[in-house]
Amino acid sequence: MTDTNAKFSCRNVKVHYGDFEALHGIDIDIPDRGVTAFIGPSGCGKSTFLRTFNRMNDTIDGCRVSGKILMDGNDIYNKNLDPVLLRARVGMVFQKPNPFPKSIYDNIAFGPRIHGLTSSKAELDALVEKSLRRAGLWDEVKDRLKLSGTGLSGGQQQRLVIARAIAVSPEVILMDEPASALDPIATAKLEALIEELKERYCIIIVTHSMAQAARVSDKTAFFYMGDLVEYDATEKIFTNPSNNRTQDYITGRTG
Amino acid sequence: MSENNFVSPQAVKRLKKRRGVEFRFRLWGQAAVGFALAALVWLLVSIVGTGHSAFSQHFMTLDFELSETTLDPTGARDAEKLRGANYRRIVQQTLYAQFPEVTERKAKQEVFALVSASGATNQLRQMVYQDPSLIGQTVRVTVPTSDQVDQLFKGYIKRETAEDRRKVSDRQIAWADTLKERGVIRKKFNKILFTNPDSRDPELAGIASAILGSVMILVVAFVLAFPIGVGSAIYLDEFAPKNKFTDFIELNINNLAAVPSIVFGLLGLAVFLNFMGMPRSIPLVGGMVLALRVFPTITIATRSALQSVSPSIVDGALSLGASHTQAVFKQKLPLAGPGILTGSIIGMAQALGETAPLLMIGMVAFVTEVPTSIAEPATALPVQIFLWSDSAERAWAERTSAAIIVLLVVLITMNGFAIWLRNRLEKRR
Repeated sequence: MTDTNAKFSCRNVKVHYGDFEALHGIDIDIPDRGVTAFIGPSGCGKSTFLRTFNRMNDTIDGCRVSGKILMDGNDIYNKNLDPVLLRARVGMVFQKPNPFPKSIYDNIAFGPRIHGLTSSKAELDALVEKSLRRAGLWDEVKDRLKLSGTGLSGGQQQRLVIARAIAVSPEVILMDEPASALDPIATAKLEALIEELKERYCIIIVTHSMAQAARVSDKTAFFYMGDLVEYDATEKIFTNPSNNRTQDYITGRTG
Repeated sequence: MSENNFVSPQAVKRLKKRRGVEFRFRLWGQAAVGFALAALVWLLVSIVGTGHSAFSQHFMTLDFELSETTLDPTGARDAEKLRGANYRRIVQQTLYAQFPEVTERKAKQEVFALVSASGATNQLRQMVYQDPSLIGQTVRVTVPTSDQVDQLFKGYIKRETAEDRRKVSDRQIAWADTLKERGVIRKKFNKILFTNPDSRDPELAGIASAILGSVMILVVAFVLAFPIGVGSAIYLDEFAPKNKFTDFIELNINNLAAVPSIVFGLLGLAVFLNFMGMPRSIPLVGGMVLALRVFPTITIATRSALQSVSPSIVDGALSLGASHTQAVFKQKLPLAGPGILTGSIIGMAQALGETAPLLMIGMVAFVTEVPTSIAEPATALPVQIFLWSDSAERAWAERTSAAIIVLLVVLITMNGFAIWLRNRLEKRR
């Protein structure tokens, strides 16, 4: 039954794009604090599933989600719940870094401003600094906060996006293949950041890199063709998977 | 050797063929660009060639004796009487004084025909009306020559043409040359072209009313079309449900952009003039009609600008908890701004050149006053060009071209501004 420590409890979650069923009824409990990785071959539904947690699928025409997803025991697909409020609690980092074409400062300040989180310029300044520090970007950009966020390198942009998400004080951060556009050094920095962030946030990361999942995550879920095949502690998945298909995938026999 | 060898005779032949195709295509492209450039140059040369001379005009500077016996024999200085006084007589006497040897009545008439009769009399009348104390004094005033003299000195009326086939007699040519030698006739910048409204006399005709009318029409059209065009684009693109009905609306907005402009003129005639009973020939109605013409263009430009904004930006805003409206207005719209502005300016430039719908709502009227509000009769630049191009006298031809030059300069300025604005705004990102 429902794990009482779980941040998210999903029961029989199905996602349809029009007539196509992308997910065939997923049951999973995702713990608070720590990193949960979703792995699986392209088109297996892991990104689709990730986007159900902040209801980003709502923005796609013809996409329907059924089943139950409870966050702290509350149904996030409840009709009375405004997805806007949900997304303030569940931040997201996308595959391609997408900083707003505005100054670094305004990138971070956008979220606090629309939610009215700060009441003075000084408070906002402090929040921007705190967010950038948490994302490990402050020292690199503190002298050029007025410059455009799009002028940063790919790795810096991705950390800027994370800082932007942190600024609205979310409880959860979803990451959709955050390192796929980054070089190894930027990836290492990002992974170190994830390691730090998991002390404060529940992090769910979709990744194509098995090594990355092994390095950063505490629990790993393997998806295949719209099904959750196996979900367990990362160490167990990578050393002693109980399902043959998982075994085949992590050893590179299927992909 | 295998058949696939790249140096085999067949391969070399194939390569030659490929190169040949490329060469012919290049040649074709260069020819096309060359043709376009040649057409542009030809257009500019022919228009500037005939039009540049209209920017200067010949004027006479003469000492007019404002004799009291002619203008105000009673000495009452009654404003209405002064308005109706015989200024023509004064102009005649001043000119006759230049050639005392001319006594015959027919010859005197020809002397008088050297000056712009209505131009000179109106100028004197205005002066005296504003300052009656001038009566009895001699004033030095510069007045336009008649358009024939102007055309003669500009070389459009040829001296070598037989006398009975030109509008200026041999005597007149001699007198005009004498006046020029005496320094009475001089060539000056033609301010009249920019400060005067339309007139029956080419030497007094200007495009002031047309320019002001065009500006008013554009302002009205922009104020109406921009919010409607941008608003409908944002709604259709971002908020409207995607269904058959909105598809139908979309299709019709695209169709509207392709409707011949004269149809909008007919619509304006039927709705604004006949049904709503608004006056003919006023810039307000002109602007309303052109707003109908332009708003689909703005809608289409806005939609393509919105669609060119990366959806990842909107995703980013939404993922931070922005509402859909916030994501659109705070992130997407500012990014689409340059595209929207450029599209709108180009749409307004189209409106500036639009003639047919204005003809339908009566803006083709002969307007001899500069309008002071959008509810007064006015004309528009392209309509003025149309009117002048239809006039017979030689002097109208250069003025038509001059008006076209002005219109082109305004259009090029608007388009240049649009490009400058887009580059500037895009650089800021």
